Amino acid sequence: MLNRTAENVARATPEPLARKVRGISDKGLAWLFISPTILLLLAINIFPLFWAIYLSFTNYRANRPNEVVKNLGLANYQRILGDKDVWIAMQTTAHFVFWTILLQTLIGFTLAWLIDRKFRGHAFWTTLILVPMMLSPAVVGNFWRFLYEPQIGLFSYVISFVSGIPPTDIQMLSNVSLAPWSIIIVDTWMWTPYVMLICLAGLRSIPEYIYEAAEVDRASNWRQFWSITLPMALPFIMLAVLFRGIENFKMFDMVNLLTGGGPGSTTEVASITLKRQAFESWRTGYSSAFAIILFVAVFGLANIYVKALNKVKQR
Amino acid sequence: MSLTTAHSVVAPSANSKRFAGAIIIAYALISIVPLLWIFATSFKTPPDSIAYPPKIVFQPSIEGYCNLFTTRTRQTSEYINSLGPATGFCDETVRKRNMVIAGPSNFLPRFVNSLIIAFGSTFCAVFLGTLSAYGFSRFKVPLADDLLFFILSTRFMPPIAVAIPIYLMYRELGLSDTALGMILLYTAVNVSLAVWLLKGFIDEIPREYEEAAMIDGYTRLQAFWRTVLPQATTGIAATAIFCLIFAWNEYAFAALLTSGTAQTAPPFIPTIIGEGGQDWPAVAAGTTIFLVPILVFTILLRKQLLRGITFGAVRK
Repeated sequence: MLNRTAENVARATPEPLARKVRGISDKGLAWLFISPTILLLLAINIFPLFWAIYLSFTNYRANRPNEVVKNLGLANYQRILGDKDVWIAMQTTAHFVFWTILLQTLIGFTLAWLIDRKFRGHAFWTTLILVPMMLSPAVVGNFWRFLYEPQIGLFSYVISFVSGIPPTDIQMLSNVSLAPWSIIIVDTWMWTPYVMLICLAGLRSIPEYIYEAAEVDRASNWRQFWSITLPMALPFIMLAVLFRGIENFKMFDMVNLLTGGGPGSTTEVASITLKRQAFESWRTGYSSAFAIILFVAVFGLANIYVKALNKVKQR
Repeated sequence: MSLTTAHSVVAPSANSKRFAGAIIIAYALISIVPLLWIFATSFKTPPDSIAYPPKIVFQPSIEGYCNLFTTRTRQTSEYINSLGPATGFCDETVRKRNMVIAGPSNFLPRFVNSLIIAFGSTFCAVFLGTLSAYGFSRFKVPLADDLLFFILSTRFMPPIAVAIPIYLMYRELGLSDTALGMILLYTAVNVSLAVWLLKGFIDEIPREYEEAAMIDGYTRLQAFWRTVLPQATTGIAATAIFCLIFAWNEYAFAALLTSGTAQTAPPFIPTIIGEGGQDWPAVAAGTTIFLVPILVFTILLRKQLLRGITFGAVRK
């Protein structure tokens, strides 16, 4: 025992080499530690971003690298903002983001509120509920295509069994009015647990003595919910909405495998349009401009939202 | 405290607990059905998988797994009879469908690619992230908040938007469809998560430990290595698992930037095709194998999950 301690002390004693390292100041060490990350991000994120900005002013096409690149000025941006298809894609995205967030927040908060009753075995069931959000959206999207198949798909079968509609009529993915809902259902199935988990943290952050005081004041359960539970959990709900909003605005993988944007372009969210323009039509300059517009939109909206969130927190 | 809460006036009543429990259990069971269905389908024969009505009771078969790992060709029954006895269960199953195994499929190499790329990028991201997080946590870095925000903001980009210039850059550098290119890209995406999560974990380790160590004659670097790192093990492990899950699940970059040698499993699985359409049992088998590691990780991570999914913003 004593021997080992002595050994540890010996090993821990600074060696001559270590004394040389001591020469690095804290400031130098800070930069030594931080700069590799910054350099990597500059190389993989920022440099390509600037390249994309440059390309967005040109007519460059990635499938014709030898063609002379013409400078178009702001023409790409003008064309995008005047393009009807782009606006339809933005509307599709807005529809998708709005409904998924609404459903996920309502269901997620309700689930969290119920789990907060702390019934027996709640920890196990909570973990089980969390599983869908950990899965690969692409693999999930691909498999839901099977569940949605008319007749043979489990989802279609259950719906026709419950509703009595003939199974061949339930065409979730090929019906123009059902397809947008098919992606909303899968996204809600997958990400409700995410909102639930954050809401649960919000509910658990409310100190019990507040409820006790309310009970002394004989506030009804209804009143307690609206005056204590909801306002105090609101910053958490808003945080969940922010994260989901950004993620769903960027949504690509799940939708690409589930519907590929179809039928027609009814489920063509912005990222799918971007992919079609950039990697199928090879309009690299045009799609770069679109990418920049999307980036600015997410960034701007997120910034405004974070300001609102901070206001709610300070209240 | 425990005494007061045990008899608290605000504790939910037994009835409300029972009601809440019933709804949560019902939701959990319904939400898990699609996963159970994937698992069940992976053990069906192709005809059983597309039967109407969908079969809940069926004769289990590993044909899906056989089809996942092999490619097959259709042959005449004379040819099949001329072959020797079947060499294994898969061989036998395939012959019943008038086919012979032609060779291994691409699933295994794609799965190995997923492993290499996920583990490689996780290691790099956690390594860089730990150093940066320590830097941000302990030193006065000029413009620290701006830099941290810059690191996070790289996550606001839609992956397709990032993929356009990356595609061109990788084409120039010869990194298209290489594991190295994918590792670099996933490292860059994951490092923002790693920095933010690890900064939270390291912030929680009292500075006094290092200061004591440095008074004892350790250099800053030694103090970091011998006192901070051992204390941050849980945080580093949790961060690593989050990075692994991201890299494992990622599809958009993989689908656009890889096509052959470096392709990972997520873009490959949807392309598994049998005769006359998608071979659902084989797809289900691939999906099952692909999802098992994630299930294990979810159980390991359940206590840190909240932190991970909110970039450390919510810590409970």
